[in-house]
Amino acid sequence: MPAILQTKNVHLSYGSKEALHGIDLDFDDHSITALIGPSGCGKSTFLRCLNRMNDLIANTTITGNFQFHGQDLYAPTTNLVELRKQIGMVFQQPNPFPFSVYENVTYGLKLAGHHDRKFLDEQVERALKQAAVWDEVKDNLNKSAMAFSGGQQQRICIARLLAVQPDIILLDEPTSALDPISSAQIEETLITLKKDYCIIIVTHNLQQASRIADRTAFMLNGNLVEYDLTSKMFTQPAKQDTSDYLNGKFG
Amino acid sequence: MTPNQTDRLATRFIQFLVLIVVLILLFLLGDIIISGLPHISWHFLTSPASSFSAGGGIRDQLFNSLYLLVLTLIISFPLALGSAIYLSEYAGDNWFTSLIRTAIEVLSSLPSVVVGLFGYLLFVIEFHLGFSILSGAIALTFFNLPLLIRSIEGSLHAVPNSQREAGIALGLSNWRTIRGILLPMALPGILTGIILSAGRIFGEAAALIYTAGQSAPILDYTNWNPTASSSFLNPMRPAETLAVHIWKVNTEGVTPDAVSISAGSSAVLIIIILLFNFGARAIGNRMYKKMTGGK
Repeated sequence: MPAILQTKNVHLSYGSKEALHGIDLDFDDHSITALIGPSGCGKSTFLRCLNRMNDLIANTTITGNFQFHGQDLYAPTTNLVELRKQIGMVFQQPNPFPFSVYENVTYGLKLAGHHDRKFLDEQVERALKQAAVWDEVKDNLNKSAMAFSGGQQQRICIARLLAVQPDIILLDEPTSALDPISSAQIEETLITLKKDYCIIIVTHNLQQASRIADRTAFMLNGNLVEYDLTSKMFTQPAKQDTSDYLNGKFG
Repeated sequence: MTPNQTDRLATRFIQFLVLIVVLILLFLLGDIIISGLPHISWHFLTSPASSFSAGGGIRDQLFNSLYLLVLTLIISFPLALGSAIYLSEYAGDNWFTSLIRTAIEVLSSLPSVVVGLFGYLLFVIEFHLGFSILSGAIALTFFNLPLLIRSIEGSLHAVPNSQREAGIALGLSNWRTIRGILLPMALPGILTGIILSAGRIFGEAAALIYTAGQSAPILDYTNWNPTASSSFLNPMRPAETLAVHIWKVNTEGVTPDAVSISAGSSAVLIIIILLFNFGARAIGNRMYKKMTGGK
């Protein structure tokens, strides 16, 4: 099975400072890939290349090859709006819109021209169930999403993303602002979502990576050091740097 | 002196300064309202001004002030909204935007009498608009723009960046993100800005003397045709506002009760501006609570 998303020789510079020095990574569908590494290693920067969020930052130059379903992500003809519907993103801080839960989840659908009430109701229920937050919000769908706890907000954000049925879900340290119980719930959610989606998660939490990721990529100073099955990397890392990082010698 | 004593002394001194400011404000408000309130009556608010005899009211002036306010906002709000969105969401940090910002700063510090004379020469004379509500509204737009732009830009700026990212990452275009998410989130702040700037417009006199004029023709409140010269909706008629009325009664008024008219008018003016201020706060808080679910 070919990878759903392939990247080759990715370089990224902010002005004259190069932050990524040639990254090659392939991502499989129906799996979770974790990007780990110390702060500033470029893992979030790389993640944000994948749905072109770095386009928003001035003076950023990105080179390299990005193939998504065999198409070039950075081709001039790429429709960014379509692209970001197919490759969705969840952020470190939960960022629901200041509207009701229902409106949050239907926002993307309404934008795509769906206004049939029954269809929207079904999709809201499906997405919130998939994000494992339905039982907690089903009686308060018209309440502002911002009135819920951080963990619930983050799962509402995941539901908002799932409603538009993306192919790939990017998560940028989605649990680092949450308490352990909420984090565990998000992890469970991700494991159930894996059967339908390609999930790529940046995390600081090594235990989290070892618990949920099928494959793990270890990055250091803008380079990809090692990329392997999680079970293999965490028990028999091939590189000394990986071993040192996993054993807490730095980072 | 020990550091502890210095700290206590500094705190006392700062409290003293604040007290002076509060006292000045209370004294002003108290004096105006206490000396004006006895002259305010239903009759005072609902009857036209009289030029020579006692017992005139401020009906037309009050209406003119409100109408001018609405007209000014209709002209200035779209301009301010567009500029603020541009400055906050589109403009980079370069010489061009700093030029715009400087222009806005300068605009806000123009003396109002200068703007009034400029409006007189350009709109009243050159463009043949005459002394009219429209000329006045355009002149007031000059003051209103910087205030509005700055407050709208400030409220847009206060929307967390994570909301922009959320919109963009969900596949919203830049404009959809602004319209659908940023503007609703900034709305309480924008409303507050509008209402506060309304207070400024409402109290302005110098710029209006030369643009909206100092005469208040008797208005026909039953004539809804804005092109009729006696219609209260006609934007081309001269219109003395409440603030101008206060100035005029005091400088060249010949009515025997000029003092009480100006005291009453001042109190009405202050009370309305206070209402604007409290209203702005109440509406802003309410909308914020509604959007964030009371958190």
